[in-house]
Amino acid sequence: MKQSTTTTPTLTVVDVPDPPAHAAEPAAPVRRPRDILVKLAAGWLILIVLLALFASVLPIPAYDVRIDRPALGPSLDLARLLGTDALGRSTLSRLIYGARVSLAVGFVSVLIGMVIGGTLGLLAGYLRGVFEKIANILTDSLLAYPPLVLLLALTSTMGSSLRSLVISLGLLAVPTFTRLARANTMAFAQREFVTASRALGGRRLRIVFREILPNVVFPVASYAFVMAAVLIVAEGSLSFLGLGIPPPSPSWGGMIAAAKDRLATQPQLVFIPAAAMFLTIFALNVVGDRARRRFDVRESAL
Amino acid sequence: MSAMLEVTDLATTFRTTRGLVRAVDGVTFEIDAGRTLAIVGESGSGKSVLARSLMNLLPASADTSRGTAVFKGTQLRGQSTAALRRIWGDEISMIFQDPMTSLNPVVKVGRQITESLRFHRGRRGAAAHERALELMHDVGIPDPASRLGVYPHQLSGGMRQRVAIATALACEPSLLIADEPTTALDVTIQRQILDLLQRLQAEHGMAIILITHDLGVAAGRTDEVAVMYAGRIVEKAATPVLFSAMRHPYTEALLASIPRLENPVHTRLETIGGRPPDLINPRRGCAFAPRCRYAQPRCLEEDPVLETATTAGHEVACFYPVDTAAGRAALSANAAAGASAAGATVGAAV
Repeated sequence: MKQSTTTTPTLTVVDVPDPPAHAAEPAAPVRRPRDILVKLAAGWLILIVLLALFASVLPIPAYDVRIDRPALGPSLDLARLLGTDALGRSTLSRLIYGARVSLAVGFVSVLIGMVIGGTLGLLAGYLRGVFEKIANILTDSLLAYPPLVLLLALTSTMGSSLRSLVISLGLLAVPTFTRLARANTMAFAQREFVTASRALGGRRLRIVFREILPNVVFPVASYAFVMAAVLIVAEGSLSFLGLGIPPPSPSWGGMIAAAKDRLATQPQLVFIPAAAMFLTIFALNVVGDRARRRFDVRESAL
Repeated sequence: MSAMLEVTDLATTFRTTRGLVRAVDGVTFEIDAGRTLAIVGESGSGKSVLARSLMNLLPASADTSRGTAVFKGTQLRGQSTAALRRIWGDEISMIFQDPMTSLNPVVKVGRQITESLRFHRGRRGAAAHERALELMHDVGIPDPASRLGVYPHQLSGGMRQRVAIATALACEPSLLIADEPTTALDVTIQRQILDLLQRLQAEHGMAIILITHDLGVAAGRTDEVAVMYAGRIVEKAATPVLFSAMRHPYTEALLASIPRLENPVHTRLETIGGRPPDLINPRRGCAFAPRCRYAQPRCLEEDPVLETATTAGHEVACFYPVDTAAGRAALSANAAAGASAAGATVGAAV
């Protein structure tokens, strides 16, 4: 007690010169570093998408062909730029083809979840009543089910392929989007323009899809980036558990899983795919955060 | 035989956790083509609920079982939504209070205007486009062609309300319900909008129900005024009659509360003491009695009904109407006692 009373005055003395320095700092430059970060993040995402799209025309070896001795370190040759894996295949090729899986999971699954969940949420939020109750029971039971068990059940019934992975992860994203769309719809359904449209004789489904949907789509879609990041991590975990797409097709999670025994001797085999995943997820979060803030501003300005 | 819209004993109640709210409690009126009826009252008097009741645009918690509203021989109450949808926007249209919220922020103005044409006339494409231009020109939006593609946030409040009016008029309705159409606008724009409504009424011969809390708005431009208090019409008369020879103490108090330019500076504004009654637990007797200068013991016991007052067509719900023998006697008795029967302080007679 005694000590704290003696330290407090010194703290306030230190604090005194601080406010003017803080106040002198103009507001505009504060935004700058974030904007650069957003640009870098967007740049990384564009790069990954382009590489994944044009993987087959890039001058890199096939992902399942042995090109050299196993577990080589990085070198200046393009095929060996990131070294070779435990079977002597080009890590760069596998990383680029692996991006296809991650992006398919990230974007296609999210799209599936957004379309199904968004439609359910819109209808539940506007029609209310029985439809909302059924939609709520569905989403609540999906959320209550442990996701890993659900994924196990789905992959064991549909077989493990990229398609079944994308569908089951998409299903996992449905409840989140349902809730998001429902909450947004309920807020907009109270607005006068919805009453005004009813007063003009608009049908209910028309009001939902032509009046409310255009308002709800942006806040919901801005969340899609964050959801894509979550699903890419989920795919990584599944691959790590051996439930992802079957080898020799590469995926980032699968590459980490395959190299985990060599972590002590050749750590780059784990860290290269892990870094790619980290950067992609980080970039998605940065862009998603930016998108969300942008649409929040638009909301409050209306 | 009958008027275009006949409303008889219309009531709308809401079930809430605190009890039954009687928002509209037995309203009767009628309106003919080409006429304007003003419905005047303070906040919470049931004006807006009345407007929405007429169109059946109420939340599910509303009980609308009592009373009838007959529009051109069609019963509006208890009608299926599908049948009402044919009337909404086509025969009866509505303008809302706040053009900031009554237009969809993410839909282009041109499409919003032609919405009802799409619903009711199946018009789209070039035909709808042409009609939109015509309507925008009609409601005085300059340079309509370039405004078709803009979003509501790019327009000023007055322009937005013009867009809302154009939307309501697209199908040339025979009845327009304007729910405080000028409340959210500043005074100069208010006047333009009211002038516009008047001109459009003259051109199209439609009936207008103008809902307002502003007696000044009602004074110049309406044929008839109905004053609402606590969900009921307490006085109804032709506009000039109401303003020159009001009979209900509430109407008198409302008129007295308008500040006058000829008053000297620092004149105290007249107010109506007390507050609007609780619509959940209505008291016995007249709803206005606790705030009324004329209140007598009878007012606290019996509920006055709307009856023809001194002249034909002038109806009032009061036992002691203003400027009648009974009213004068009641006021002087209260002034002598210093208080009304309900306990409100009453100053010396004017």
